[in-house]
Amino acid sequence: MSAPATKTYRRTPFKRWCDENTGLFFLIPWILGFLIFKAYPFASSLFYSFTDMNFFKGISQYGIMNYVEIFTNRKTVSSLLTTVKYAFMTVPLKLVFALFIAYILNFKIKFVNLFRTVYYIPSILGGSVAIAVLWRALFKDTGVVNTILGIFGIAGPDWLADKGWALFVICLLRVWQFGSAMVLFLAALKGVPADLYEAATIDGASKTRQFFSITVPMITPVIFYNLVTQIAQAFQEFNGPYIITQGGPRNATTLVSLLVYNYAFKVNEMGMACALAWVMFVAVALLTIIAFSSQKHWVYYAD
Amino acid sequence: MKISTAHKIGRFFQYFVLILVGIIMIYPLVWMVGATFKTNAEIFSGIGFITKNPTLQGYIDAVTQNYGGDISIWKAFVNTYSFVLPKVIFTVISSVIAAYGFSRFQFKGRDFLFGIMISTLFLPQVVLNVPQYLMYNTFGWINSPLYLPLWVPTLFATETYFVYQLVQFMRSIPHDLDEAAAIDGCGPVKILYKIICPMLSPSLVACALFQFMWSCNDYMGPLLYVQTPSKYPMSIFVKLSMDADNGFNWNRILALSLISIIPQLVVFFCAQDAFIDGISAGAVKG
Repeated sequence: MSAPATKTYRRTPFKRWCDENTGLFFLIPWILGFLIFKAYPFASSLFYSFTDMNFFKGISQYGIMNYVEIFTNRKTVSSLLTTVKYAFMTVPLKLVFALFIAYILNFKIKFVNLFRTVYYIPSILGGSVAIAVLWRALFKDTGVVNTILGIFGIAGPDWLADKGWALFVICLLRVWQFGSAMVLFLAALKGVPADLYEAATIDGASKTRQFFSITVPMITPVIFYNLVTQIAQAFQEFNGPYIITQGGPRNATTLVSLLVYNYAFKVNEMGMACALAWVMFVAVALLTIIAFSSQKHWVYYAD
Repeated sequence: MKISTAHKIGRFFQYFVLILVGIIMIYPLVWMVGATFKTNAEIFSGIGFITKNPTLQGYIDAVTQNYGGDISIWKAFVNTYSFVLPKVIFTVISSVIAAYGFSRFQFKGRDFLFGIMISTLFLPQVVLNVPQYLMYNTFGWINSPLYLPLWVPTLFATETYFVYQLVQFMRSIPHDLDEAAAIDGCGPVKILYKIICPMLSPSLVACALFQFMWSCNDYMGPLLYVQTPSKYPMSIFVKLSMDADNGFNWNRILALSLISIIPQLVVFFCAQDAFIDGISAGAVKG
């Protein structure tokens, strides 16, 4: 790259510095964006979490009272537990469905593109308010789901008003969107070398055995990727509970992000909202770190 | 003979599961389309989607409804796209510039900055919401008629997911081309838009499509930053109409919901390969 300097062409130190750091110039917008819209809010959120910041009254007290409140108040504790329950129901269900369907699609299926499209549409639309509205119509007491159950002689519950079922309905909305995880699994399954299966078949291994001893180990990187991204998403779920159940009945679907919203923008207790958001952030961060450090025990990278 | 029978049963089972699950997946949407043509009395009387006496009343109500003349379905569409389109365009441009800086140059501190970028992938928006709100409030951006809080940050490559994706794609483009161009006297900026961008165009399209979908679906952003009814985007408008009559006019609400997602459906069907290639390609290296 560096052409031999001629007599008429001399680089000043500044110009040389610019040449060596050209890449940095392209990162200027990103660096500014990171500092203004990510780093500063991140740090000040931690700061506010140790104050009683109120949108109208400002700060009058510093300390760990928000954190004490979070772990002693029944409402916040149950919200944290509900979120954990939600994540632990949604993520495995979603991944198992996605892998199962991708596995079947990976056999030489006719119309594979049609099936893929059908399974993928919910992932595109699922986050919209329109689908949340549809969910309310489906799971209403006289809704479509109960009408179908009625055909089989089952009297379905009033899903959204039932403390035991409402969270499950919110989960289903996410599980229904397994398409994007499925597309990733499908791409990974296509990448498993066919000779591995041939060798296993010759050795007399059953299809089930092949699935658990060849397929699953070979696609662990994608399982890992899906697991980490889905956990992060599940802990942030907001639209479902906000639009479909408003956190009810009796707070049965008040997930943490909804409670953070309520604290910050309904009752203006922003310090408390920040503390709660931080508790959730630390929980997700710990889970992510555990996932990453467990990688070496179960994730197989071919190269 | 025996093997082929077992094989046939296996095949049958595969298609049976795929079709059954497929129907369960898609039926809610099919039912929704049917329900928009039903009368309110008929909607919850059965599970079929074909109605005996179709009516357009739901659609008529959906398109004529306006809350005191402040906001109608058409205005909500215009409002939505007036921030979604800038958001999509700026996200793609700023992300490709940042990705170029990360993937094509060597300089001191690059790996450190790259590490920071990756870690912000895992930074939940919930943690940032309150301070961002207070900051935008100081800027005077809350309830801004230009929807500033919703798109200005995207000028600064704040959508880390896309930066990360584009870095992955850019790494797979061979360096020979830009080196040849550099020898021919192309500067780094020219290399970006003459060489890299054309080769990257499928990924750029995929990023634009995903950002379009996510921004149209975004509910929390407008909920926090748009407070004037006449400026409501579609997502807020649909929620508002659902709350407004406690679910007595289901055909109107479902028709409105359906209309609100039609642009997204059209975009999806026109570009579904780009979507699917977009996510599969991202994970191969992820």
